[in-house]
Amino acid sequence: MKIVVCIKQVVTREWQVRVNDAKTWVRDQDASWELNEPDAYALEEALRLKEKHGGEVIVVSAGPARVTQVIREALARGADRAIHVDGEHLAQADAFVAADALAAAIKPENPDLVLTGLQSDQGFAQVGVVLAEKLGVAHSTIIMDVQVNPSTGSGQGGELKVKRELEGGWFQWVTMALPAVLTIQSGINTLRYATLKGIMGAKKKEIRHVPSAPPAALRQRITSIYVPSKAKQTKLVQGTPAEAAKELVKLLRDEARAI
Amino acid sequence: MILVIAEQQHGKLNRASWEAIAAAQQMGSDVKVVVAGSDADAGAAAKELAAADVKEVVALGHDALGAYTADGFVQALAAFVGAESPAHVVLPHTYQTRDFAPRLAARLDRAMITDCTAVKAGGPSTGSGQAGAFAFTRPMFQGKVAADVVLDGPAPHFATFQIGAFRADAVKKGSAPVRSAAAAVDASQIRQKAEEPFREAKQAVDLSQAERIVSVGRGIKGQEHIQIAQQLAEALGAEVAASRPICDAGWLPMERQIGSSGQTVAPKLYVALGISGAIQHVVGMKGARTIVAINKDADAPIFEIADYGIVGDLFEIVPAMVAALKG
Repeated sequence: MKIVVCIKQVVTREWQVRVNDAKTWVRDQDASWELNEPDAYALEEALRLKEKHGGEVIVVSAGPARVTQVIREALARGADRAIHVDGEHLAQADAFVAADALAAAIKPENPDLVLTGLQSDQGFAQVGVVLAEKLGVAHSTIIMDVQVNPSTGSGQGGELKVKRELEGGWFQWVTMALPAVLTIQSGINTLRYATLKGIMGAKKKEIRHVPSAPPAALRQRITSIYVPSKAKQTKLVQGTPAEAAKELVKLLRDEARAI
Repeated sequence: MILVIAEQQHGKLNRASWEAIAAAQQMGSDVKVVVAGSDADAGAAAKELAAADVKEVVALGHDALGAYTADGFVQALAAFVGAESPAHVVLPHTYQTRDFAPRLAARLDRAMITDCTAVKAGGPSTGSGQAGAFAFTRPMFQGKVAADVVLDGPAPHFATFQIGAFRADAVKKGSAPVRSAAAAVDASQIRQKAEEPFREAKQAVDLSQAERIVSVGRGIKGQEHIQIAQQLAEALGAEVAASRPICDAGWLPMERQIGSSGQTVAPKLYVALGISGAIQHVVGMKGARTIVAINKDADAPIFEIADYGIVGDLFEIVPAMVAALKG
């Protein structure tokens, strides 16, 4: 089976977010970057499905040249080849622009299954679902288990049974025919990391660059980015670790009466 | 007109629907509510929604909507929204909304903004006329910054609001007329087949009853360090809990997870160790009476809701707290 995995490069959690002078984006020229965590789980799930059913795993990432970093990482972990949907405007694209760009690159591949993470820390949790509509295939979201039965169902590649996470510890099984798009929840599997052999092998794998033109008109515009005002006035306890700990315990006893 | 898409399961209204109505009422006075489902379920939920001060509540019913599917709901609501032509469509940012609403907006080819925490009137004009000018506020970059976003293009514009961003009890009450409408659904076009929701093996740990909770996040760095939190919990007479990544990694069992996909708690004391404060976690614990945050990142969003905080190394501070509690 042919599986496409959409991956996004995001700023690392450790990077100190700073707003740019125009207050329209963050100062990401000096950011450090990594693979969006739920996308890593989506990639792992694709690799496991390939091990079970055979086929091919293709990673697709939309963004400027810097995203080849996460593409190489995905290839090192075991993806077979990659498509880089290339465009400077994709660095700040909204979900619809990103989904359009991804769909244009994915459609000719005619995959059986498209996986992506359920959301990114800086995004909208929309791309996977919008992509399904653009590709004209069924979808399901926040998935914690993927089972493919190649011989049943009416679809091109058999039937798909997925475990959808609902709120508050509830789940639901959903079945549909392939092809389909799934958004994968973190924790669905245990991640593998790239081996040295994988990293060496990745250098020989194909990365196809597909240029993407900016849309004629944008549907959403950020007018201002800022540090949100605090809901509560936090009492910050200062001092050495020992002093601060002692003071905090005192406050929790005498002021908050919480212990 | 602002159309709110409410959510129900087996006729029981999802409380987040009230929050979406409160958001819509803040945006304008011409508000309608629609709730989709089987005739009986949509009807029951609509009756409850009629207590809101809105122009009309519509029960959008069809047999094929009895069990939720993305395809069924997108079909039914695309036809309904098309016929009603609202200026805005407002939804609560629930898991179900996340499953179908982006596809609904894509099918109608309309702009959408998700997970908003506020809406401000009188944003810069978008030039789109009909939809009017609003700036929607949403968190970005792990909640470390907020962005004001204006939507453009033809109406309606879609917006989903984060759970807890508006208060359900802030809804202006009234007595709205209820109308039943037959949903336009072609059941043969529904590709997903959904089974009944279920819970995994009964949860052995009921954290909602705990008076005090010590909760760990990514900052704990490794499974071998969980014992540091356990020692503090013991000294405080607290239960140990965690944010999602810790349970994903298997460092603590899933049943100790706090947040939108885990348990919701409101203890007397909640000590967050190395927890950044992602909204998915915060929705599960912000009802705690006293919140303490210990984190090395002074910009971590957890400090936005903490009563007490220490910016520093939890590996030094927590043992010192244990010593102070015993001393």
